[in-house]
Amino acid sequence: MITVSINGETRQFPQSISIAALIEEMGLTGKRIALERNGEIVPRSTFADQQLADGDRLEVVVAVGGG
Amino acid sequence: MNDKLIIAGKNYSSRLLVGTGKYKDFAETRTALDASGTEIVTVAIRRTNLGQKADEPNLLDAVPPSEFTYLPNTAGCYTADDAVRTLRLARELLDGHSLVKLEVLGDPQSLYPNVIETLAAAKTLVSEGFQVMVYTSDDPIVAKQLEDIGCVAIMPLASLIGSGMGILNPWNLQLIMERVQVPVIVDAGVGTASDAAIAMELGCDGVLMNTAIAGAKNPVMMASAMKKAVEAGREAYLAGRMPKKLYSASPSSPTAGIISSTRS
Repeated sequence: MITVSINGETRQFPQSISIAALIEEMGLTGKRIALERNGEIVPRSTFADQQLADGDRLEVVVAVGGG
Repeated sequence: MNDKLIIAGKNYSSRLLVGTGKYKDFAETRTALDASGTEIVTVAIRRTNLGQKADEPNLLDAVPPSEFTYLPNTAGCYTADDAVRTLRLARELLDGHSLVKLEVLGDPQSLYPNVIETLAAAKTLVSEGFQVMVYTSDDPIVAKQLEDIGCVAIMPLASLIGSGMGILNPWNLQLIMERVQVPVIVDAGVGTASDAAIAMELGCDGVLMNTAIAGAKNPVMMASAMKKAVEAGREAYLAGRMPKKLYSASPSSPTAGIISSTRS
């Protein structure tokens, strides 16, 4: 079991999964998003290669209307 | 007239920059942007809604980055670190896009810029290759420091964000324009078309607004009004206004050839 924080919400997974799998689970595959892991940008091209680790803090963002 | 706004080496025909927040829906956003004639639009970077539906409408579909130059902002950031992180995410989100709007706020009541944090963030961002258009106070010394750091446009407030109070200190804007070589764009405080025209008549290179359009009763009509105001103000500035002459009236019609009075 691993515990990670995604956009400030705690989520648990039975085992480590890739960031690509997480994105798919979130229904965000193919969406224009950017992801930060523990304060560092994770390039989209590397989502499939990176495994989540216990205690990771993720931020997943989109562009929204703003001034 | 070949009068382009040049930011970081790129030419723009419109001197009106428009924010994409606070509209009723994306359709109204798009219609207002089109009516404004803007080429540069600001966007915010926010956490995805974890319960988001896959078919939820998306700003990038309504306002495609292929048609507008995106200016991702750091609205809501109160520290240099948060602003830098937000813009790194924006660059990743927008495929390496480096033109950004930096704003680091001081407090949530006034949304007044924290210039200490702004200067620190600008240094980091410029060193990482960002082209930084920076929201700041109307302090001419800070404006010059931001230019010296390498910011590509200085964007002083005319009055508080979202206040619609207009241009409260035209003298400071002029002091900034005297000192700074990069474009000076009034960002924040414009309430109606005359405010935008006055900013342009002062010699500002552009005006950035959001609430003045989105908060109008008819945002699309106000967007059109702002387009005309910015163009009119720019032309008036380039034309060079007549000097003001207090107590020195000058008739517009010929003084010779006036018919004489029949009474002597």
